[in-house]
Amino acid sequence: MSEAKAPVLSRHLLSINDLSREQAILILDTADELSRVSDAPIKKLPTLRGRTVVNLFYEDSTRTRISFEAAAKRLSADVINFSAKGSSVSKGESLKDTALTLQSMGADAVILRHSASGAARRLAEWTEGSVINAGDGTHEHPTQALLDAFTIRKHLKASSENNAGLGLDLSGVKVAIVGDILHSRVARSNVLLLSLLGAKVTLVAPPTLLPVGVSDWPVDISYDFDSAIRNTDVVMMLRLQLERMKSAFFPSAREYSRLFGLDSERLAKGENSPLILHPGPINRGLEISSECADNVDSLILEQVKNGVSVRMAVLYLLLGGAD
Amino acid sequence: MNGKSSYLIRSVRTPNQELVDVRITSGVISDIAPAQSLNPNESEIIEGAQLQLLPGLVDLHTHLREPGREDAETVRTGSAAAALGGFTAVHAMANTDPVADTAGVVEQVVRLGREAGYCDVFAVGAVTQGLNGSELAELGAMAHSMAQVRVFSDDGKCVSDSLVMRRALEYVKQFDGVIAQHAQDPRLTEMAQMNEGVISAKLGLAGWPAVAEEAIIARDVLLAEHVGARLHICHVSTAGSVEIIRRAKARGINVTAEVTPHHLLLTDELAETYDPIYKVNPPLRTAADVQALRVALADGTIDIVATDHAPHPREAKECEWSEAANGMLGLENALSVIQESMIESGLSNWSTISERMSYAPARIGRTNPSAGHGQEIKVGALANLILVDTKIRRKVREIKSVSKSGNNPYIERELPGQVMFTFLRGEMIVANGELVKAL
Repeated sequence: MSEAKAPVLSRHLLSINDLSREQAILILDTADELSRVSDAPIKKLPTLRGRTVVNLFYEDSTRTRISFEAAAKRLSADVINFSAKGSSVSKGESLKDTALTLQSMGADAVILRHSASGAARRLAEWTEGSVINAGDGTHEHPTQALLDAFTIRKHLKASSENNAGLGLDLSGVKVAIVGDILHSRVARSNVLLLSLLGAKVTLVAPPTLLPVGVSDWPVDISYDFDSAIRNTDVVMMLRLQLERMKSAFFPSAREYSRLFGLDSERLAKGENSPLILHPGPINRGLEISSECADNVDSLILEQVKNGVSVRMAVLYLLLGGAD
Repeated sequence: MNGKSSYLIRSVRTPNQELVDVRITSGVISDIAPAQSLNPNESEIIEGAQLQLLPGLVDLHTHLREPGREDAETVRTGSAAAALGGFTAVHAMANTDPVADTAGVVEQVVRLGREAGYCDVFAVGAVTQGLNGSELAELGAMAHSMAQVRVFSDDGKCVSDSLVMRRALEYVKQFDGVIAQHAQDPRLTEMAQMNEGVISAKLGLAGWPAVAEEAIIARDVLLAEHVGARLHICHVSTAGSVEIIRRAKARGINVTAEVTPHHLLLTDELAETYDPIYKVNPPLRTAADVQALRVALADGTIDIVATDHAPHPREAKECEWSEAANGMLGLENALSVIQESMIESGLSNWSTISERMSYAPARIGRTNPSAGHGQEIKVGALANLILVDTKIRRKVREIKSVSKSGNNPYIERELPGQVMFTFLRGEMIVANGELVKAL
């Protein structure tokens, strides 16, 4: 690993919009280098020794929290897990006061998961350390998009001379993102990042689950999964929240599954043998059938593994150089 | 409260841009004559050469927060802020705690205004008990109380039940009242955070669609037509609402409408900061909506400017966007925003602005003529007057505010104009841009 002295990223990672194309590729390349740490017998680098990273989670998300925790620990950072449940937060402490408290404790970075869109941006205004957005409401989840791009690149851009696709973007890759776009922070971050990297994105959803204003996004829209799957290289399935049914977004889980779920029959229509991605946790039998989730082209578990490498890269590039 | 002093304002510009001398004696405009033609005699002289003379402004939509939220504003601080902003009368909205839905509460608000003495405070009565949207409040009792309520509103909430709205419109006809509707379909705006459109899609904030306002306005103008009642629409915010009101007026329906200063200047793009200082209900809309509202205010489709002054304590805004309270300060900067958006844009002039910010709101509110609000500037009229330095430009951050709250969305901006003098029935309330009687 070369010794980067100054962080090449700006102080925070709040949105994919904070990144240039070059910075995004640098993160993916760095993640690839760091992934070798995860494969080594001793999974640890001394880079962030003495640094304190706080996992501040206002929503339950065991997988994202563990992923960040593993990433920080493999870089030798001290990790504090601060779950909003059962803490001062549940006694009504404001986000601002929590931010000031963490700062007083000397947090170098705060990784925030919060149910309110924009919470990470607000936190960044109140703290001196770095803020990494680990999902803010229905806004963004930038490290999820980075790990998705990393996974796609590895599979579709590798060659015999460049077996990880280092330095490359995703130009020419066709990705279909399917499901509840309206409420999905994963979709928002992915639309921004995949377009930034030159991929062609098609959103597939019922009209009720697409935002008014989606016309300004750099994407194609389809209401017809069967035709959209035909010519795509990647299908990214989104988790469906069943409570959406109560607000009349769609009539029933069965109908949703029939029209927008991924099963073997529909997958077979994909002429490019599309890769299957899902940010997890999956609803088997709802947005994705078990056969598809466990299919050889399914990268769902690889996404989890890559998540650690990508988060290591983000932490390394945000914190690695500063003293 | 009649001023005992006599003032001679020399060489001041009238709303029609004539240069005149104006004398105020015993609370009344006693003389108007060509510039430099009146003798000082015993009068205190005010050099008006740089100043614009306007009638005292009347705000039909103010939140003074008292009783109940005195940490955000009181009748005293709010009415002082009003005077500094050039208002000689404000209407205090009913969504206090307790709600102003009885004669007792509205009388209390009016009495607190009199005791403070900065401007006339009129009370708006709630349409329904506790703003519950289902049972009418004692509208008659409030109308016949000392507060003489003529404007009724559940503002903050929409009277969404069609039958209740119909009955309210009909009922207040007996005392020439008006229902001021906060037009917002509740189901279409559940959890809504900002204007629904390109920006909300990007920010992942739940949308407040224009149709939720327009659908209620369309229904209510038809109800008002059906029962032959007077309807006022609060804080119109969309181009579509303007079109509906324009057509309703063309049909002869007795509807009036207001627009806030912030909807004439600010757009939903400000939400990209996620700073809830820009969170307000109805939300900031697009640049196209702002332009349509300006044109509508200029041509009279929208009758008046009303501030929707909505003070909130700091902690209500220093939080996540979705947790934050809706609302912005409005009284102190209202006229400056109007100068910026309507005068300096070339869309309107001071004569029209006098109509929109003084004469028309006083008419719609049926303010008692003996208080002298919204009257033409002429000899014999009560001296509710303001003098504005329209040449000055100031950083809002540097302007001293007397509101108890600081949720000012213009804080990073520079705005033109400053109210230098405010006269309430001849009494000098503001002199050289400061309160004569400090808080």
